[in-house]
Amino acid sequence: MKRDETIKVMGLDTGYLDRKHTTVITRDINASLFSGELTCLLGPNGAGKSTLLKTLTAFLPPLKGDILIEDRPLDSYSESDLAKVIGVVLTERLNINNMSVDELVGMGRSPYTGFWGHMSDYDRKVVAESISLVGIDGLRGRMVQTLSDGERQKVMIAKALAQETPVIFLDEPTAFLDYPSKVEIMLLLQKLSREKNKTVFLSTHDLELALQIADKVWLLDKPHGVTVGTPEELALNGAISTYFQRDGLAFDIENRLFKILGLK
Amino acid sequence: MSRSSTVILMGLLGISIAGFFILNLLLGSVHIPVDDIIGILLGRDDGNMIWRNIILKSRLPQSLTAMMAGAGLAVSGLLMQTVFRNPLAGPSVLGISSGASLGVACVVLLSGSIGGVALSKLGVIGEVTITLSAIVGSLLIMALIAFVAQKVRGNVTLLIMGVMIGYIANAIIGVLKFFSAEEDIRAYVIWGLGSFSRVSGGQTSVFIILMLLLLPVSFFLIKTLNLLLLGDSYAKNLGLNIKRARLWVIGCSGVLVAVVTAYCGPVVFLGLAVPHICRGLFHTSNHAVILPASLLGGASLALLCNLIARMPGFEGALPVNSVTALVGAPVVMWVLFNKRKNDV
Repeated sequence: MKRDETIKVMGLDTGYLDRKHTTVITRDINASLFSGELTCLLGPNGAGKSTLLKTLTAFLPPLKGDILIEDRPLDSYSESDLAKVIGVVLTERLNINNMSVDELVGMGRSPYTGFWGHMSDYDRKVVAESISLVGIDGLRGRMVQTLSDGERQKVMIAKALAQETPVIFLDEPTAFLDYPSKVEIMLLLQKLSREKNKTVFLSTHDLELALQIADKVWLLDKPHGVTVGTPEELALNGAISTYFQRDGLAFDIENRLFKILGLK
Repeated sequence: MSRSSTVILMGLLGISIAGFFILNLLLGSVHIPVDDIIGILLGRDDGNMIWRNIILKSRLPQSLTAMMAGAGLAVSGLLMQTVFRNPLAGPSVLGISSGASLGVACVVLLSGSIGGVALSKLGVIGEVTITLSAIVGSLLIMALIAFVAQKVRGNVTLLIMGVMIGYIANAIIGVLKFFSAEEDIRAYVIWGLGSFSRVSGGQTSVFIILMLLLLPVSFFLIKTLNLLLLGDSYAKNLGLNIKRARLWVIGCSGVLVAVVTAYCGPVVFLGLAVPHICRGLFHTSNHAVILPASLLGGASLALLCNLIARMPGFEGALPVNSVTALVGAPVVMWVLFNKRKNDV
């Protein structure tokens, strides 16, 4: 499948703009995302992963630089246009009750439905397909508040799929999950990027998992900015070791695993 | 909940409205036979002017007012609870009803000391003035809130701002009371007790027409409200302009409260309770269901409260506010006890 450059970031500074002062979190990011690829954003706590994701999804304005989405500047998109290009899955735990999985995934169709939010046959078909693709057919009638964290995450991914966007951004989709569920979600996202040619971009703390599954990795660190490469490249050129190595922790390049050395 | 049981429940709410409405016409301190009531309503002139007056000038307008006010407050409360994602939000939280009270207090309490004429003695002109001042007061506060809503990001901040504005309004009312004549204070306190019968004659039709125009507006917000349930970030990602949506929902809710408060005084509790009761009954958050349900439920509960306030023995003297709380609070508690964990 053809891999197109869907998102291009040039000279981007991210951070928060207050009335009086600006807080810059990360400086001068230059990188791109491609369709059909699963890209992981890695970095220590406080490196600015969430801030970067929020900036790329237009929740935060960029402090400097340009973001091109499908060759159009991000700020030229209206809210409703952007809703058809980027779908998001957030870390914030949903606080919704008495809404069924079907209804919640159906909300993903809102950018396409009319004034009253009435769903056409096509809308229903997309919702059903999204639910099947994520493998939660058995949960369709369940209320959202009765689901486990992993199930809920899959529902939100199905919502993003129902949105039919070429790009899906996920902020730590594997946090709060047990290991098998983490692997399941990552494999699911990999499958979506392959089968649906989606651009999938996610932040995560699960280094080893990311290095084994991701097509590309963005390493984010305050002093270095963003370093982009395939997991092999980054492992071999020592970038990963520099980013994450601490006293008592070593990166085994061959197996892409971290080793705890113990205290000296 | 399946589609058919939703329809059935909706139908039951509708029937309860009709039932309570008829009971409101039938029952009262003066006994009037059913035949004569039907005759009077159909416009037959049977000669008994007293009965005619009781039905057409008291019971009928009062029932219609209660129905509309209940519907308006319930819808307004639902909108507030959704936009602030707070189950304790109600029409009074944003200080909008305090705004109405402030408007009324200014006019009622100051008229005596400044104009030299106590407004409470002016009859119909006084009534119209009170209504207008309540609307002006609440709309001013609402404009202030809407302005603040554009400036602050978080919903909690906005909620606290609203509560603070309410406190300020109440404080000013306190100061005004201190300088006012006793009879004016009495008039103000009575207005504050809330009543569906204060509205008289031609004013009833104005109130009902206003509500019939305003209530349907809330139905245009169903998709917006459902998106707001997901939280600001998801809603924005699904193409919703959050600031504009907030403004519309608060505006719609505020105008409903303003009008109801202007005509009936600050009626408490219905706006808070009815959405909870409806969520408990219908087991859904979908506004396409819960909005019409709240509208019907509000009308039904207000009619029931009005009926109780007029029970023989009370002679219509029982303030509506006492009844709404006494009837509504246990119902809400029953709903909360009976529902599954995490259902709110």
